[in-house]
Amino acid sequence: MQYQPNIEPLFSKLGWLGLITFAVLTLIVVPWMYLFIPDGGAFHISSYTVTLIGKIMCYCIVAVAMNLIWGYAGILSLGQGLFFALGGYSFGMYLMRQIGQDGQYQSDLPDFMVFLDWKEYPLHWLGTDSFLWAIMLVVLVPGVLAFIFGYFAFRSRIKGVYFSIITQALTYAFMLLFFRNETGFGGNNGFTDFKRILGYSLTDPTMRAALFGLSAFFLLLVLILSRVLIKSKFGRILTAIRDSESRLMFCGYDPIRFKLFIWTLSAIICGIAGALYVPQVGIINPSEMSPANSIEIAVWVAVGGRGTILGPVIGAAAVNGAKSFFTQAFPEYWLFFLGLLFILVTLWLPFGIVGLFSKLKNKFKKIES
Amino acid sequence: MQETLGIKDPIRKSTLGSVARRGVDTSHGPILYLDDISVSFDGFKALDALSLTVDAGELRCIIGPNGAGKTTMMDVITGKTKPDSGTVFFGQTIDLSRMNEPQIASAGIGRKFQKPTVFENHTVFENLELAMQYDKRVWVSLFAKRKRSQIKKITETMEIIDLVNQAGRLAGLLSHGQKQWLEIGMLLMQEPKLLLLDEPVAGMTDDETAKTAKLFKSLAGERSLVVVEHDMEFVAEIASTVTVLHEGAVLAEGRMEDVQSNDRVIEVYLGR
Repeated sequence: MQYQPNIEPLFSKLGWLGLITFAVLTLIVVPWMYLFIPDGGAFHISSYTVTLIGKIMCYCIVAVAMNLIWGYAGILSLGQGLFFALGGYSFGMYLMRQIGQDGQYQSDLPDFMVFLDWKEYPLHWLGTDSFLWAIMLVVLVPGVLAFIFGYFAFRSRIKGVYFSIITQALTYAFMLLFFRNETGFGGNNGFTDFKRILGYSLTDPTMRAALFGLSAFFLLLVLILSRVLIKSKFGRILTAIRDSESRLMFCGYDPIRFKLFIWTLSAIICGIAGALYVPQVGIINPSEMSPANSIEIAVWVAVGGRGTILGPVIGAAAVNGAKSFFTQAFPEYWLFFLGLLFILVTLWLPFGIVGLFSKLKNKFKKIES
Repeated sequence: MQETLGIKDPIRKSTLGSVARRGVDTSHGPILYLDDISVSFDGFKALDALSLTVDAGELRCIIGPNGAGKTTMMDVITGKTKPDSGTVFFGQTIDLSRMNEPQIASAGIGRKFQKPTVFENHTVFENLELAMQYDKRVWVSLFAKRKRSQIKKITETMEIIDLVNQAGRLAGLLSHGQKQWLEIGMLLMQEPKLLLLDEPVAGMTDDETAKTAKLFKSLAGERSLVVVEHDMEFVAEIASTVTVLHEGAVLAEGRMEDVQSNDRVIEVYLGR
């Protein structure tokens, strides 16, 4: 008798239904309601809401990327915010070039360079007026940095809490670097006052809707991609690294290469999310690289449920929803609340909100039978 | 083994992944040479000029009191610990001291840990599939499809280790003895030339132990086995040659009866 392993579909029927519903809502319904229902109409969606949801979807993309390395490969990176910010800065350079002479000083150079009395663009700004080069930078800068850093860290077999700490140090070091005016990234003010992309105004509703749709599209793409990865043999090797790395080594796999692949991919996804985020919120500054930001990303994933497909998306949306409320109602207490949430989830909900739901489902099944 | 003759470094490093597999040259008899190996941890000599050879096709048992250096010896062979001095050769040509764990595993040395180590969140089938002798590079794993022949091979192994009925079960839910067997099955899937087994029957019932003895005896010949075990009955049952380690060096070597009547061995085991 030959055993037949059952082949699981990529998503369940319910999963596909959810994805399609999400796609229809974000790619058609919301943009339509925003663009074509006049202001004051009962079903009109404001610019504020569109921007807020667009922003949260970017965070969701980051959470999915974080889940790939933490949830499946067991690598707790507390530096994903750095890759997000680097993607944002890369695209931000292009956005600064697109301001043209419409800045305060009506110069060819961005205002902060005029302020520093610089006469021409520094070398690393070369080619950033090209949209295509900017897009490539969005992928290359986080990707190459993650690859080099990961290569040395994984080769030295830095694991667990030590890895978390050096990623924190990395993002902190970059934050200090970007705070300096000489670095050429606008110092502590960063980049802002963006005007247009490819010549089209950023404040135009069509542009907002396009950025919103693009964020939704990438979120869907990243979700499906991560599912494909996890369902492949590669995914089973990743979870094997998480559960017993030495066993896997003695099976003849080199974990460094697998970790490096998923780590670099995760950084690139974070970079893309950052590039989508910056034109929507209209600002990028070094505070995006602060260690607390990266920790927050880990909290989203923990709250939603790490190692689950939907968990990170739910977590990122829920925590950011709560954040929007808290920072308006009780601004001083937000960080306390965040810390408390992390402790509670770690203690009682190891698989987050998603884990809680599947627990409840199992309980109901038991009661029924 | 003509293809390995004249090749200085038989393990070729590829760009992204583990290593290409070449044959192990056992033309002179032995498959494993340990020569003058010393390892010390913070001044404590775990291995003290240990020399040992294992012949191709042999089933060798290694015994010795706690702290004799048995596990450290396995660590040295599998690349987990680098020796301070001495040489380790796999066959005539493969210098193990210059290779890392995955390279050594790919060269054909399988290892079973003292504590059964399986992937607890994977099914029995998936555990065996992961261990299967196959191209273990990243790109290959991204696009790997299960072939019928592979499923057949895994099924055959599951029959040997008596886990066909548990194929779809998570390995973490197996009993202790079943986990031990699953790990042995994973070793078989790697198709190693040399199997290192650290206390393979610990925690097994008498029935399971007897079955394991039978399995090991059937494996010897085509493969070489090095078994570290405390269960003397089991050792007497399977081994033709027994090596006794003491304080990081070989104390005695020979047939079980001879070793058991050796005065120095008795002294070490019973105390002075």
